[in-house]
Amino acid sequence: MATAADIGTPTTQAQSQLKSLTGAKAGRLQQFEGHDRWVVLAMLGIPTFLHVALVWIPTVASILLSFTDWKGIRISDIQWVGLRNYEQIFTVFQKSFFQALINNSVLLVFLFIGPTTLGILLAYLLDRDIRGTRFYQGIFFTPVVLSLAVVGFIWKSVIYSTDSGLATQLFGGGHSIDWLGNQSFVIPIGDRFGVSANFLAILVAIAWRHTGYIMVLYLAGLKSVDSSLREAAMLDGSTEWQTFRHVVFPSLKPINVVIVVITVIEALRAFDIIYVLKTPRKTEVLSILTTNNLLGEGGGNVGRGSAYATILFILCFGFVIWYVTNHFRNTQEGADS
Amino acid sequence: MTARATAGARRHRLRPARILLYVMVTLLAFAWLVPIVGAIIASFRPYAETIRAGAFSWPHTLTLDNYRNAWSQGDIPHKYLNTAVILFPALVFTLFFSSMVAFVTSRYSWRFNVLLLSLFTAGNLLPQQIIIQPLFQFYNRVPLPEFLSNSGKLNGSVWGLILIHVAFQSGFCTFVLSNYMKLLPKSLNDAARIDGAGVWKQYWQIILPLTLPALAALATLEFTWIYNDFFWAVVLEQQGADRPITSSLANLGGQFFTDDNLIAAASMFVALPTLIVYLALQRYFIAGLTIGAEKG
Repeated sequence: MATAADIGTPTTQAQSQLKSLTGAKAGRLQQFEGHDRWVVLAMLGIPTFLHVALVWIPTVASILLSFTDWKGIRISDIQWVGLRNYEQIFTVFQKSFFQALINNSVLLVFLFIGPTTLGILLAYLLDRDIRGTRFYQGIFFTPVVLSLAVVGFIWKSVIYSTDSGLATQLFGGGHSIDWLGNQSFVIPIGDRFGVSANFLAILVAIAWRHTGYIMVLYLAGLKSVDSSLREAAMLDGSTEWQTFRHVVFPSLKPINVVIVVITVIEALRAFDIIYVLKTPRKTEVLSILTTNNLLGEGGGNVGRGSAYATILFILCFGFVIWYVTNHFRNTQEGADS
Repeated sequence: MTARATAGARRHRLRPARILLYVMVTLLAFAWLVPIVGAIIASFRPYAETIRAGAFSWPHTLTLDNYRNAWSQGDIPHKYLNTAVILFPALVFTLFFSSMVAFVTSRYSWRFNVLLLSLFTAGNLLPQQIIIQPLFQFYNRVPLPEFLSNSGKLNGSVWGLILIHVAFQSGFCTFVLSNYMKLLPKSLNDAARIDGAGVWKQYWQIILPLTLPALAALATLEFTWIYNDFFWAVVLEQQGADRPITSSLANLGGQFFTDDNLIAAASMFVALPTLIVYLALQRYFIAGLTIGAEKG
């Protein structure tokens, strides 16, 4: 497999040819001559500058600003306050912070046991030569092309409408149900926190979109599984479940890693659907708390907003590093063999 | 051939299980259609009828009134225009920039290649909310002349949104394109070099044309993603009138649209372009997602 990481370990004929052309300069910018050196610098430099300036520098700035008190007016007003923002988050703002942390965690767990499992199951079923499989795939995938903000609007107006929504008609028995306003805890955690009814309603809408996403990714993975392996296992008398568990699933490790990372990131990123519904009480998540310190009523609190952002960063960065090292290590191994 | 034959034999043996499978998948597919079909029906019905009979009832009167009202009250044509002005430049520059980085890092040996690709890949995976506070403050402090920005700043201008889309989305595209370009034979570059073609010529005339399938797939995917952006525009464009269509949902809700069927019609206006692109270019759409994932 020819990959990015095989650079520096020339093995193929083409590469040794390349090496003879560039001599000891391989791996350095000096391999390019005159005019070409500037071209390469520009091709790498401009996009990298933009990406670093607008993504990575603000990430570092967020971490630094989380130790300061600043209203965002004058730069000279920035005051170093150490861990005060974090202290406040864990004490004064405990109530919304812990509720948000619980909601993000519940979303994560829910995405795994609900839509992710269902998506994998659907992919597995639709991968057979089932009649009309493209049609079914198309149906399950359609919500994925919609923005979660639109998903929120559609569910709010059609399914969860208090008086005339489909869910109200099905479960209300003639009464109205305030699906998105009901903040009572369905699953209490302690006496002040829990999973609220309206958050569960939002989870269902998120699942509607997430399932198709996972299904398509998994279908792509399944196509790469050697079908003779599966046939052999079935002929040996393995049950459907055993075949999946011991033959198909392990051979899909790369796609499983992708799905884990996507699901974790989606759970931490969740914002659009909650914000577009005007953040019903008890449905706040970390991304909402960060943004509320910028746009909300108490907006312009850069220090505290950045502290929430930093917590978000700490939660996701381990997974990001894991994914990136995993990817580039695999390609390195591929190159060495 | 034999695989097909055994599969056929098993299908006969497992007949009841297979029927059950069809029934389950079909029921689920029906359930999946309910919100969209429900929204389409609601958008064509007078609100009074929905109130009287509920959303789950046979529609007796069909009308375009909801669409007419949403179109004018929500200022939809203006919102579509706002989206187009941001979407197309962002799309072109995202693909252009990421294809350049992908080209150099996948076609030449340079010691910082892996580091650079890791940086782009990781950057794309960060939740956007992590960077929003400093980004907002930075955008607020970059002045722009009046003819480029109504606000006189990068904040609140289309340029700010185009820049962040390019910066953020180029992470994913660089990752996908470098995976794709790596698979093109290395000898292409060497042959071109011996013929005296410079780096730019190798990129523009040799590698880029061969990358077109991946670019088409990414373009379809990125069209949808940038179109669907809600967060960047909500924060970085706070003037409701200047917002692109998806993010304008944030202020359309309470202000203009009080009844559910009007909301359904507005949702259809927002959803329509992505649905059309998806139906027309389904193959590319799914290819875009899967080249990203398979190699990952």
